[in-house]
This record gives sequence, structure tokens and C-alpha cells, in this order.
Amino acid sequence: MENMVKLKIDGVEVQVEKGKTILDAARSMNIHIPTLCHHEDLCVAGNCRVCVVEQVGTRNLVASCATPAADGMEIRTNSLKVRNARKHIIELLLSEHNADCTKCYKNGNCELQALASELKNTEHMFLDLVERKTFTVDMYSPSIIKDDSRCIRCQRCVRTCEELQHVSALGVAHKGDRMKISTFFDRPMFEVVCTNCGQCVNRCPTGALIERNYIDEVWDAIYNEDKFVVVQTAPATRVALGEALDLPPGEIVTGKMVAALRRLGFNAVLDTDWSADLTIMEEGTELLTRLKKALVDKDPNVALPMTTSCSPGWIKFIEHTFPEMLPNVSTCKSPQQMFGAVAKTYYANKVGVDPAKMVVVSIMPCTAKKFEADRPEMRSSGYKDVDLVLTTRELGIMIRQAGLDFNSLPDEDYDSVLGQSSGAAVIFGATGGVMEAALRTAYEIVTGREVPFEGLNITPVRGMEGVREASMEIKDTLPEWKFLEGVELRTVVAHGLTNAKQVMQWVKEGKKSYHFIEIMACPGGCLGGGGQPIPTNAEIRAKRAEAIYREDAGKAIRKSHENPEIIAIYKEFLGEPLSHKSHELLHTHYVERNRY
Amino acid sequence: MSEIETLVKELADKHGRKRESLIPILQGVVEKERYLSDEAMTEIARELDIAAAQVYGTATFYSFLDTVPRGKYVIRVCKTISCSMKNGNEVIKAISDILKIQVGETTPDKKFTLLEANCLGWCHKGPAMLINDTPYTELTPQKVREIIAEYNRK
Ligand code: SF4
Ligand code: SF4
Ligand code: SF4
Ligand code: FES
Ligand code: FES
Repeated sequence: MENMVKLKIDGVEVQVEKGKTILDAARSMNIHIPTLCHHEDLCVAGNCRVCVVEQVGTRNLVASCATPAADGMEIRTNSLKVRNARKHIIELLLSEHNADCTKCYKNGNCELQALASELKNTEHMFLDLVERKTFTVDMYSPSIIKDDSRCIRCQRCVRTCEELQHVSALGVAHKGDRMKISTFFDRPMFEVVCTNCGQCVNRCPTGALIERNYIDEVWDAIYNEDKFVVVQTAPATRVALGEALDLPPGEIVTGKMVAALRRLGFNAVLDTDWSADLTIMEEGTELLTRLKKALVDKDPNVALPMTTSCSPGWIKFIEHTFPEMLPNVSTCKSPQQMFGAVAKTYYANKVGVDPAKMVVVSIMPCTAKKFEADRPEMRSSGYKDVDLVLTTRELGIMIRQAGLDFNSLPDEDYDSVLGQSSGAAVIFGATGGVMEAALRTAYEIVTGREVPFEGLNITPVRGMEGVREASMEIKDTLPEWKFLEGVELRTVVAHGLTNAKQVMQWVKEGKKSYHFIEIMACPGGCLGGGGQPIPTNAEIRAKRAEAIYREDAGKAIRKSHENPEIIAIYKEFLGEPLSHKSHELLHTHYVERNRY
Repeated sequence: MSEIETLVKELADKHGRKRESLIPILQGVVEKERYLSDEAMTEIARELDIAAAQVYGTATFYSFLDTVPRGKYVIRVCKTISCSMKNGNEVIKAISDILKIQVGETTPDKKFTLLEANCLGWCHKGPAMLINDTPYTELTPQKVREIIAEYNRK
């Protein structure tokens, strides 16, 4: 028991592992201590002091999130001194805070508001400083709004961007009462290295960092009789939307989500999973083609390793950080954009709708997808391929606005075409999923056999480890793939941009060599995306991942190339992967961006 | 390589490329250029492989590291309590009258910039100000006039 410490909290004895904080100990006994700057995914900051507790025998109150539990400690979490201190701290924060809650996007989902509401303080204790301050509101980004008047300077965003993403688009600037969260030279987020990943949005306790929402624009489109409004749903939304509607993490709500979307008034409810299968066909073929060029044609210009390209946060990151490695990025558009390009061409034609009247809406776990849809490259149908992007959270809001009782909705199926999908597409939502899906298809193309894993579950690429390497020997190929006989296919999976940067650094310095790299900007992959329900932590992400693999296992079709609607589009429209038409609609290019 | 790139590189060679090297490098640039341009900060960020926002954060934390172009002579008048109780505000007003600029501004001839500063450590002899690195104490509006006239003759 030497690894344990014993202390008393509110008169009750408790044992915790050495190194745990007082806050951890209290949580283990279901005692709730309020926090603001603390976040489980981030290092300790200890700057807000909302979590103070009394340590008997010590004069000053201690911050429970930053103080290790020690043997013999006696802690009071609710003494008069603690309550008064907490009240002062929150009131001080509010005295500098634009607490115009009814005009705030976070109303009802704000940690500061929740604390104030617990406190029920009806008087102003301090002078209101809001009028004397000048705040900036940055609304230029298509993804994120930064409103300094709602910022409590807890620095969760700064730590998120530095620790998880290694981007540090946001930092702390100035000092004292002028201290603020700032980009380089306080430029708009739109102009700096921000990847739009939204991880900071996911962790901001207040309304200071929020997604730019397009809820009203979507309602307008739905109410417009002239428009044919198509909606697509990303893989990771179906295992998280429930959380925004009072269900516990890890529930699969695919059928209810489809039913809800239909009741909101969308003309067709389709699936990004379908275009995820399409992505695998294109990207798998692209990888094999690059390998062939390198191994057979000995073409010195072919860039290997090839990295995935479905995460727009990752794309913007590499455009800023490693522009010299852009040729290594797959030219495949993301599933969202493939969907849009196909919807306004192939699909419009099939259902007899004028693409000019079609509005493509997507439901995404991601704020970077809003930026992606706005990129000038994403207009290959002749129109803006994807018109409006909502996060999972925004869809949750729309469902509430429409007065739907989500939980009692029936399970419904997607419309066709562009609605059918394989299990390989579902797992796009988890880190390692694109790799697994690509291997299921590519291995079979090359050998004519299924991947040699029990139940098609390529477990070595699964999990939550930040960087996961796996290799696979290719044996007994079909004659046309002879050049791959005996090749050890080396792959690596990384999620969170800090890990991505590490992997790319290795590749750049020649320390490691791979053939195929999967990168997702967000921790856990899209299931941990910046547009997913708040809160997020490792436990919640693990539950979502488990749900994704359950959904995959339950699918009749598990491999992208066996999806009948995919087979059909190649037959009727695209020809074959990497065909001229595919290149026109499904592939793209990237641009070099500034380094600040 | 541009002038600023060369300067930053030299400074990094001299002070190192660690996080601790940041402040001496920033100081070095200010010494030469009198302020930190966005180009300089981006260059420093690249050289030390840190984010530009972090360089900016550090620069704005220290009031002696200017991030906007300044005049040849930067006047910093203490605004902290001891000085302001000894009529420090009158000093600011006098300078502002003489130079026809407000706090934070630079004269059109780029000669003077007027700034406020926190305690300069001369409280016992307040009101106090600095012109570049030279302290002036026990100021009165008349004394200020003389000092500025002297700089104008330089
Ligand atoms: S950030 Fe929270 S407390 Fe502030 S106005 Fe918005 S809802 Fe209210
Ligand atoms: S923007 Fe949000 S997360 Fe960042 S410091 Fe302000 S309140 Fe905290
Ligand atoms: S969106 Fe992502 S990259 Fe941009 S500031 Fe937030 S955490 Fe950093
Ligand atoms: S939550 Fe502990 S100091 Fe902020
Ligand atoms: S208060 Fe002005 S120098 Fe200290």
C-alpha cells in the first residue's frame, strides 16, 4: 500500500494513489468541487482558483486541482471560508464578463453560467468593469468565433492548442488587467496558423470560443420551396449526437438521427459513409499506383509515404507547417467533399433535380469542415459542392428547436442512392479507421483474399495510443501485383496534431520510413472532433470508439469495394478509380500557407 | 536573406535556439531596430521553431519590447501610484503639450514617442521618467521642457 495516500475529505476517509490531486480524491467519492481552468485532457494550470478547498491547519486555501493529496490531510470542500472564497472568485470573473446570457450561444451549456446559477447570487458584489473595457470579437473565420468579452482567461484553449495540437495559434498576450488570449498580433483566426480543428472550442468553458453556426441558414433553405435540400451525416456523428440530447456516451443513434433529419424537413437524408467508401476506392488505388510507380517504374518523382487527406485540420496544418511535404498528401478530397461533388452531378441527374436548386448540408463532428467547404478548390460540380456545414452540436440544437423527442423517434433508414455504406466507412470516425478500411480493400485487390484478421478486425491499427505503427507482409499476390510480393507494407497511424507533427518530423529527417500514414487532427479521430458534443475526455472518446466498432461489426457489408452503390457509380458514371472523371470531381490540390 | 533574417540568425547563433534564448533575441532585435516588426517575430519563431503567437505573447508581456515602430527617443513616464500622487499626470500633460502627441503616439518626425510605464524604481524621487535608458527624476513641467529641448538640439 506504499503507493497509496490516506486523507479525509469532509470528514470521510479516502485512499488514493500517490500523485493524485485533492480534486481527483474528491471526485472518487462523488464530491463535486467546481472547476474552470481544469480539464482532464490538459496539464494543470491552477489559475482560476474556483476549485479552492480548506486544508485544516493551513491558513491559505489551496487549489484542489493543483495540490497532490497527501497522507493525513484533512480537507473541507464546503466550509464557510471556501464558500465565501468561491463566491468572490466567481463574482470577480463576472465583473469583467459580458454576462449577456440570453444573447450568448453557450446559454444553457456554459460552465461559468452553471456556477453562477448554483451560487444564486442576486446582488452585484463588485463594480461592473465590462463597460470600461474594449473587447474584440473575431467573426471572420468560417469555422470559429472568438469573443473576448466572454473570455475568463482560464487558458484551456491555449493549452489545448499547444499540448494537443502543437499549433499554438492562440497564446497569452499582454499582462495584468490587459492580459488576453491572442493570436499573432491579434490577427483574425482566419489569417493565422489556426487549423480550425475546434479542439479549443470543445474545451472553452464559456462562450468565448464557439463554432460559427449556420442553423438559421439551414432553416431558411429547408423553408424555401424552391430548394431541394440534401443532408449527409459523417461517420462519427451517429455515435455522439445522443450526448447532445441527454443520452449517455456510447449510444449508437444512427436510425433516430435519420428519422430526426427527415422530420426537420430535409428532402433527402443521405450518408457521408457512402462517400467514405468511395474515398477508400480512390485512395486505396492511389496508394497502389504510387507503390507501383516507385517499385516498378522507379519514378523518382513519386512521393512516398502517402498520407491520408480526409481531415481538413490536418490539411491546413501541413499547408502551414510542412509545405515541402504536400506532394505526400493523397490528392483525394475528404468524404464530405466527394459527397458534395457527386451530389450536384451524378445524384442530381439521377433524381432529376437542377443542381442550381440543390442545397447540400452536412452534419459533421468537425469545425474545420466549415472551412473546407469554403475552400475555392471545392467547386468542381460547377457550384459550391457543399453549401452549409453543421456540427453535431448544431444538429442537436435544431432537433430541440423543432420540438422533437429524440429518444422516442423510430429507427429509420437512409434514402438511396448515396445512402448505403459498409462497416469500413463507419470506422472512418475512429483513429486508425481509414487505415483499416483501406487495408481491407487494398489487400484484397492485391491478393484476391480477405485481410488475414479474425472477423476482418485489423486490431493492430486500433486503439488510442497517439502513434501506432503496424506492418503487414504481402504474400501470394495476384499476377498483376507481383511486384508487391513479399513487400512489408509499413503503416503508421497518428491522431492529434502533436503526434502528427512528430511522425512527419521523423519522416522528414529520414528517421522512419513508411508507405502509408493515417493522420487525424483530433484526439481519437473524428469521434473526438471539435464539433462533437461537449464535454469530451478520454473516457467519453473510448465509449464513442467502442460504439463505432460495434456499428461496423453489425453491418452486412464490411468492405468498401463491396458496397453496391459504389459498384454502381463506377459502372454508370465514374468508370474506374482515378479515371479522368474521378480526377475532375474527387481529387484536389493543396496550397502553401504562412507560418504564423 | 533579408536584413532582418540575417540579424535574427546572428542573434540565435549567439544566444542559442532554446526557449530561454527568446528574450535576449527579442532584446537584440529591439536594440537594433527599435521595435519588433511582425516580420522579425515570424523570423524568430521560425528560427527557434516555436509559434509566432508565443513570440508575440512574450513580446507584449514586457513593456520594453515594442511591437510598433517608435521614435528615436522613447519617453516612458511612470504612471504608478507614488509618482502619480506627486503630480506625475502633469508631467505627461506637459510632454503631450510640448510634442503635440498623446500617450502611445510618435511625433511625425519620428523623433519622440510618449508612453506610460509601470514603476521605474525611482519612487522616492518621483515623478520619474525614462528617455531611452536614461532616468530623469523629481520632474516638474518646467524641467521636462528643458530636458526635451536638450534632446531636440541633439
Ligand atoms: S459565456 Fe456563459 S456566462 Fe457568459 S454570457 Fe455566455 S452563457 Fe452567460
Ligand atoms: S477563450 Fe475560453 S478557453 Fe480560452 S481562456 Fe477564454 S474562456 Fe478560457
Ligand atoms: S481551432 Fe485548433 S488550431 Fe485553431 S486555435 Fe483552436 S485548437 Fe488551435
Ligand atoms: S480549476 Fe483549479 S485552479 Fe482552476
Ligand atoms: S512609482 Fe513611479 S518610479 Fe515607482
